[in-house]
Amino acid sequence: MSAPIHASGADAPATIGARPNSLRQGPDGRGRFGEFGGRFVAETLMPLILEVERAYEAAKTDAAFQAEWRRLLTHYVGRPSPLWFAERLTAHLRKAAPEGMGAKVYFKRDELNHTGAHKINAVLGQILLAKKMGKTRIIAETGAGQHGVATATACALMDLPCIVYMGATDVERQQPNVFRMKLLGAEVRPVTSGAATLKDAMNEGLRDWVANVHDTYYCIGTVAGPHPYPQMVRDFQSVIGEEAREQMLAAEGRLPDVLVAAVGGGSNAMGLFYPFLDDADVAMIGVEAAGKGLDTPEHAAALSRGRPGVLHGNRTYLLQDGDGQITEAHSISAGLDYPGVGPEHSWLHEIGRVQYVGATDDEALAAFQLCSRQEGIIPALEPAHALAHVMKLAPTLPQDRIVLMNLCGRGDKDIFTVARHLGEAI
Amino acid sequence: MSRIATRFAQLKAEGRGALVTFLTGFDPDRATSLQILQGLPAAGADVIEIGVPFTDPMADGPSIQRAGQRGLKAGATVAGVLDLVLALRATEQDTPVVLMGYYNPILAHGVARFCADAAAAGVDGLIIVDVPPEEADEVEPHARAHGLDLIRLIAPTTDEARLPRVLGATTGFIYYVSITGITGTRSADYGSLAPSVAALKRHTDLPVAIGFGIRSPEQAAIAAGVADGAVVGTALVDTLAASLDAEGRATPRTVPAVLDQVRGLAQAIRAGRKQAA
Repeated sequence: MSAPIHASGADAPATIGARPNSLRQGPDGRGRFGEFGGRFVAETLMPLILEVERAYEAAKTDAAFQAEWRRLLTHYVGRPSPLWFAERLTAHLRKAAPEGMGAKVYFKRDELNHTGAHKINAVLGQILLAKKMGKTRIIAETGAGQHGVATATACALMDLPCIVYMGATDVERQQPNVFRMKLLGAEVRPVTSGAATLKDAMNEGLRDWVANVHDTYYCIGTVAGPHPYPQMVRDFQSVIGEEAREQMLAAEGRLPDVLVAAVGGGSNAMGLFYPFLDDADVAMIGVEAAGKGLDTPEHAAALSRGRPGVLHGNRTYLLQDGDGQITEAHSISAGLDYPGVGPEHSWLHEIGRVQYVGATDDEALAAFQLCSRQEGIIPALEPAHALAHVMKLAPTLPQDRIVLMNLCGRGDKDIFTVARHLGEAI
Repeated sequence: MSRIATRFAQLKAEGRGALVTFLTGFDPDRATSLQILQGLPAAGADVIEIGVPFTDPMADGPSIQRAGQRGLKAGATVAGVLDLVLALRATEQDTPVVLMGYYNPILAHGVARFCADAAAAGVDGLIIVDVPPEEADEVEPHARAHGLDLIRLIAPTTDEARLPRVLGATTGFIYYVSITGITGTRSADYGSLAPSVAALKRHTDLPVAIGFGIRSPEQAAIAAGVADGAVVGTALVDTLAASLDAEGRATPRTVPAVLDQVRGLAQAIRAGRKQAA
């Protein structure tokens, strides 16, 4: 499989209203997808992100770099991850569906990756890049802890010191991952500023980076942050969609009808969607965390309920008040508990290529349990949101339709949270 | 000439650098904040910098983060901070006022409207921390139209190749960040300040103020000596914070404690004068 090469220059496209021939050419030379993205960082960081951009542009066409990344994906991560026809779930959903209805549901099983989620795909690419750049210290932010675990893992493998910033609230609710990171040799720094969740961890990551620009690489976990991160993380994660495309053609002889993925920052969704963006017949649905409901103040649905602004280096949809202060996100899933979203999603939302919907905490919990019992797969709470939407969607589609969902993480980390919500002591 | 240009020209004639003070608007409440601001010129502040609180101040250390949180709790908004400047202008006409903040609250206010309102309130310059020259095209025309200087930070990481671009996008004065880091977390390396400022001066005629690592009167005097001004922020914010009661409310000590410290800084800068032009 060849490395993803993407145009990134003055010829790049995409203004709202005038859809380009290809939706896979972004970002433009300024790091923008339509009006979203960019490089909104303090001057101290600006030279550094330009350096990351140059290094990444070189790595894209560096055969040795790409070969090493692919080698790690194959032999360390265990890629390609399987494409799984969720036959029992499909049959279960058909039971309640009208006659002839109930689409076939497939899972792209990135929960089987080493470290248990898709995060490792982009982390290995970024840590290889950091080494190539001569950086000797790695920092990362994490919400659910999956990105932190992936980064700590890659740093253990490549013998680099690793510091993970994690909101104190998340440290509390994701103890297993905190301990994993420690076992892997990383230092986990609880962040108590702000709301002590993912956005505050990202603030601390950026503050650390500003103070340690000379030796430090900031390994961002999602398709957000200043350019080139949204593009770079998307490119690395696109291995998900590239594999899924080939696997679906092999399994069904055609492309899926609908892709469904959970969206917090949006890296697993971008990774699945990106290789299909120009396939006009493939519909795409991003599922945001609706928390206690989209019409309550407690959700994390930046696209459904936010409006454009600037945070963490990029212009994108944000949860904010009328005065431009960022408001707290809420989700049962720490990995979706972020008031922003990757800028490419904002663009895909505005041009209407991807439909963004919400799934509540309760719906995700129900999907979590259903998946466990029907398929023998305990999903992470993040993809449980995607599955919650699949449960609504599949019964409305004819039986010959195919829904492909990104099962981007496993639920081991979430069993304590779920037990608490179900009123069980473990 | 703008208030900023006038002030730096006047101080150059006096043979000393400027004391630029930073405090966050509405910290710890509007009335106390205004009282401090009104007292700054008499205490010796030459340029008044006011922080516009933001929930996610990525370039600020813990002290200024907490100041912003106190300000937000006290009801600070962009409109509220502009109104604070308007109130300050009722008693103070000559001292330049610079707003320092992050882009999102300005975007929410509307960039064009913000520039118009800021100029009308008596603001002279803006430092928008997370808008580098590469992203400034939607701010520059409005700032220019309303006579607002766009003051830029130059960091130790800003290399020679990048410097002209940043300087070209700067008006008013240059804010030289003396450390790689966030506000208030490290002390500047005073040995390297003079050559760094000299290197900058080869590329620009704008006044240069040094900030981010200056706490004591001695440090302020050195910085104001080698450059055209010294910015003191975190040290003042820390003094303010230390004067508050357990609930974070102002006490009778709050205003005098901050203004006394400003007087000390101003005296040191005035006593220092300039060793070199």
